[in-house]
Amino acid sequence: MALLRVERLTCERDDRILFQDLSFEVGSGEVIQIEGPNGAGKTTLLKILGGLLQNWEGELYWKGQPMSEVRSEFLASLLYIGHKPGVKAVLSPLENLRAWSALHEPATDDKLMAALARVRLAGYEYVPCGSLSAGQQRRVALARLYLSQAPLWVLDEAFTAIDRSGVEQLEALLANKAQRGGAVIMTTHHALNLPGALRKIRLGKAQEAPEVLEEEDLL
Amino acid sequence: MSMPQSISSVFMAILRRDMLLAFRRRQDLANPLVFFVIAVSLFPLGVSPEKSFLAEAGAGIVWVAALLATLLSLDGLFRSDFEDGSLEQLVLSPSPLYAIVLAKILVHWLVTGLPLILLSPILGLMMYLSSDQIVLLGLTLLLGTPVLSLVGAIGAALTVGLRVGGVLISLLVLPLYIPVLIFGAGTVNAAASGLSVAGYLALLGAFFMLALVLAPLAAAAALRISMTNS
Repeated sequence: MALLRVERLTCERDDRILFQDLSFEVGSGEVIQIEGPNGAGKTTLLKILGGLLQNWEGELYWKGQPMSEVRSEFLASLLYIGHKPGVKAVLSPLENLRAWSALHEPATDDKLMAALARVRLAGYEYVPCGSLSAGQQRRVALARLYLSQAPLWVLDEAFTAIDRSGVEQLEALLANKAQRGGAVIMTTHHALNLPGALRKIRLGKAQEAPEVLEEEDLL
Repeated sequence: MSMPQSISSVFMAILRRDMLLAFRRRQDLANPLVFFVIAVSLFPLGVSPEKSFLAEAGAGIVWVAALLATLLSLDGLFRSDFEDGSLEQLVLSPSPLYAIVLAKILVHWLVTGLPLILLSPILGLMMYLSSDQIVLLGLTLLLGTPVLSLVGAIGAALTVGLRVGGVLISLLVLPLYIPVLIFGAGTVNAAASGLSVAGYLALLGAFFMLALVLAPLAAAAALRISMTNS
């Protein structure tokens, strides 16, 4: 059975229809990449799936049951990392991770340190996040992936500011997640290298190439 | 699936995190306190240094200043969490938002309301209040300032997504602050005229209990609305 089922999802923002009658299923072992040009509604879609937005029409089902009835069960099964990753600049990576883990995934400090080492932040555990680079701050948020047992991950632009080797490492992590029966829904502008597991959903109209002007028009 | 966390451990975790955040930004903490002290100290200079005037108006002045100082500090209650995305993580936590919001309000009171109460005896002395009146002033603030934090959280939650939040909070919250102010300052004045204060204190206590039960619910609902429209 599909983990998450989306039926006839329609969302309108600022008098503009972002997507209409969008239906898809997310099964275990799948990595789904939401594609589309800027402003196509990728982040909006992910926020709807996470339950952060309410002005939409359609149906969401978690494991076959309407989302509104199994909301708390769904939240316990969800890891959501948004566009803004929720990393406090005045707290250190360890303190950030500790605060997150207390709410979502109880873990010992040893496990938190290990997760930070996995995202190559060993040695930075006690430095305020505000003095880390953008990529390192993103890694603080991504360390949650190494702790989370949640079956569904929703990742919005998770690879922003991450270097090439970091992206490769994350691809391996996502492939492993899919193999273990988890599901991932994500947006990214990177070309993902995930043979087998990857499925793409395209939002918005395909970007048309700008019309080539005739030479006389230019004169 | 992650294990659902016990409510008390989530409450403690938020409490610890927010206290840590507050102490990392100590200069923000000082703002309302400095305002409180300055506002009260200006009355003897600006209006009258006469003992008769100050002893009569003192409790009211301290209460008004405490109310405005709390109002000043409200905007920051959810804003930084909203701006860096932490609020999304809080709202998406499987634990009840009520407990999370209540913990945040408690921290707000601990870093603004409580210092105001601790400062009030010094300002009371400056206002020529008798020692009985000073104790009573502290007691009314102890019952009243948590109400200010609790009710203020509703306003802060409703306006967190807006750029002009600060002004709107004042307009939204001030009418709800008025009864607290009337009974808070009224208690001390009643005692000065030799009346019984039990009724006043009972009413303030009732305000506190009512706000404690209902305000976090309203603030949690308001946060969800603010998230939805951002």
